[in-house]
Amino acid sequence: MFRPISYCLALALVLSSGHWPLATGHCQAADWTQFRGPGGGGVSDDPDVPVKWSATENVRWKVALPGRGLSSPVIADGRVYVTACTGWQQNRLHVLCIDQATGKKLWERQFWSTGLTGSHPKTNMAAPTPVTDGKFVYALFSTCDVVCLDRDGNLQWYRSLVGDYPTITNQVGMAASPVLAGETLVMPIENAGESFALGLDKATGKNRWKIERERQINWTTPLVVTNHGKTEVVLQSPKELTAIDPMTGAKRWSFEAKGIASIPSAVAGKDTLFLPAGEFTALKPRADGASPEVLWNSIRLKPATASPVLYKDRVYSLNGGGILVCADAANGNVLWQERVKGPFSASPVIANGKLYAVAEEGLTSVVQLGDKPVVLATNDVKPAADKDLLLATPAIAGGAIYLRSDGWLWCIGAKKEQ
Amino acid sequence: MNQTITFGLLGLFLALPGGSGAAEPGPLLAKIQAVGSEGKGNTEAAKAWQELVKLGPSVLPDVLAGLDKADPTAANWLRAAVDAIAEREIAANRPLPADKLEAFIKDTKHVGTARRLAYEWLVRIDPKTPDRLLPGMLDDPGVELRRDAVAVVVKEADGQFEKDKDAALMTYRKAMASARDRDQVDHVAGQLKKLGVTVDLPVHFGFIQRWLVIGPFDSTGGVGFKAVYPPEKQVDLNATYPGKGGTVVGWKEATGELIKDNYALVDFNKVLHKHQGAVGYAFAAVESPKEQPVEIRAASNNAVKLFLNGKEIFFREEYHHGVRFDGMIGKGTLKQGRNEIVVKVCQNEQKEDWAQTWGFQVRLSDAIGGAIPFKVLPEKPAAEKEKK
Repeated sequence: MFRPISYCLALALVLSSGHWPLATGHCQAADWTQFRGPGGGGVSDDPDVPVKWSATENVRWKVALPGRGLSSPVIADGRVYVTACTGWQQNRLHVLCIDQATGKKLWERQFWSTGLTGSHPKTNMAAPTPVTDGKFVYALFSTCDVVCLDRDGNLQWYRSLVGDYPTITNQVGMAASPVLAGETLVMPIENAGESFALGLDKATGKNRWKIERERQINWTTPLVVTNHGKTEVVLQSPKELTAIDPMTGAKRWSFEAKGIASIPSAVAGKDTLFLPAGEFTALKPRADGASPEVLWNSIRLKPATASPVLYKDRVYSLNGGGILVCADAANGNVLWQERVKGPFSASPVIANGKLYAVAEEGLTSVVQLGDKPVVLATNDVKPAADKDLLLATPAIAGGAIYLRSDGWLWCIGAKKEQ
Repeated sequence: MNQTITFGLLGLFLALPGGSGAAEPGPLLAKIQAVGSEGKGNTEAAKAWQELVKLGPSVLPDVLAGLDKADPTAANWLRAAVDAIAEREIAANRPLPADKLEAFIKDTKHVGTARRLAYEWLVRIDPKTPDRLLPGMLDDPGVELRRDAVAVVVKEADGQFEKDKDAALMTYRKAMASARDRDQVDHVAGQLKKLGVTVDLPVHFGFIQRWLVIGPFDSTGGVGFKAVYPPEKQVDLNATYPGKGGTVVGWKEATGELIKDNYALVDFNKVLHKHQGAVGYAFAAVESPKEQPVEIRAASNNAVKLFLNGKEIFFREEYHHGVRFDGMIGKGTLKQGRNEIVVKVCQNEQKEDWAQTWGFQVRLSDAIGGAIPFKVLPEKPAAEKEKK
């Protein structure tokens, strides 16, 4: 038995067993708590996300952001958290908290970068998506500054990883997002300098473990999964996929392959991992620590920047040509292809059987999934003349899809009666 | 018995935050300033942070002043405390201590980051603050305050440009005298050029333009970055050494050039030729009129080490991720008189066309990016002197 696990699910399991005191401010099942949502799969069962919108239609609210960011918003317990960076050298790092219902800014904290701020012009210092457990939000910036704040903006701890490990260097720009695995905050810091994965005690920010990783720039976000009853964090690097124990960092198993992707991240199913690599590969992890069984390979599913999505036994992948490819998750057989308007930096997400693909210039294609795809709508949330790019993967919660550009955060959802 | 109860209650009262015996900011600041590497002191700092924020706006000047003695990690803890206190006061429609904030901003003994933080909160409660303070900040020791002050003058000059060229010329010159950031300097220099005035930008920025270079030494498999070749131990301009591939290498002259918007770039492909898996060194002897702190600011597409008077002051092993102006900074002190600067540049073995460049640029600046006074000494190998 192998499946992706979200922090909320882990917490719910503990709560239902009666071993954990119920605390206020925890995330709910419908929250969107990390990069690509609970479990990192990019899937929600929310039935109320709009199919159509425009700059004026179905905009529940929109908030001007202080600066650039590729990070997605994360949402828990009625609060939306988003990061941004400002300053002519991108050296100001922001964490904002916004009321989910109204769009009112509740608080904002700023930090000075302690790491390098050079990057490719397309990215910036607010590229990693924060993660939240509902009580606390954990934000990692591309500068390797890490901060933990409670839901009211009280600082719990702060770490300068470049202060601790000064040879970290990546002048292209870091983008891998942190994940929560139980009580451990896991961050891959793979770059041109000292490269490692770090497990921090989420309560104090102190190291639980630090393991050496390949010294190569890598933007993939780890997956948190249960493999035969044990929680594992799966780290994806260009030469190896590695599963570790989140409490100790000890290796559980690994899988080597050529050309494992350093941009799109893997996605996990019930028993299977789907890995973007030289050949898109389906893997079945084993219980005994041996290398996973390779179920199938396919070159037709190879994604470009966007991470693949798994939904109801089908895998969806956006390739560099803007083709959405659907394949049978059991054998990799391609079932259909559909051209959608790209190019894409954001990964697609699925809500209640509809796939939302946000192109860089802001046009979002909404595709009804099934035996044949149906493009239900193409929506632009801003005037075509507005060149503000949408590079962030959207979030879904509370009957809305959240779109983020460098300048704005939109909550796209039917307006609720007050 | 009653006395015991009374003292006990008094003690409890004094221990409560916000009471007349509320905690003093000093010990709380000290706990935050004590945070160390790898999260050491985080637990104590988190408790102190909560107590500090509860003390409210009266401690804002103390917290801001605490930044003077804070390392970059502690500085972010303190900045978050300032922001939390100020934000909550404004949200509750309570006034911030504007007079104290302004006095703090004007006191240049405090670090520039703290003064800038105070300035930003003062601007929020008093939008006329920039008009009042920025005109007097053209030579501010704080990077960001100075930058904003320069921006005001640049905007004024831009406004004059079409209407009154003479006035614009004067105003741009005023801006150029204070500008330190490359984007501002480039803009002003461009406008001045349109007005018939050429600014020597390599000189303005303090670039070293004349070097002596030697190489290639071997870096097959990346070994050269850690290898210590003779120029790292001692510079002998008349010596020759075994180089990469059985060659014999000696020092030769090189000049920095403007290449693709990079000022005073020393192109090793021109002077040491194209190589993969190679190390080259550059040397300059500079004369300083006095002992002075220096930032040796470099940029390169290659792995680099910087040495000042034989001491390594910077290293970064990263290849072909862009030549970023001031992207590498080594800090040290120039002694009065002669100083030796050595730059080690390593080229890797990538095959792509875009990975075949190697070289560097170096300038000498103060802590806010202004050129410091220095002179490059005309030292040369004996053989080069004879050629002349």
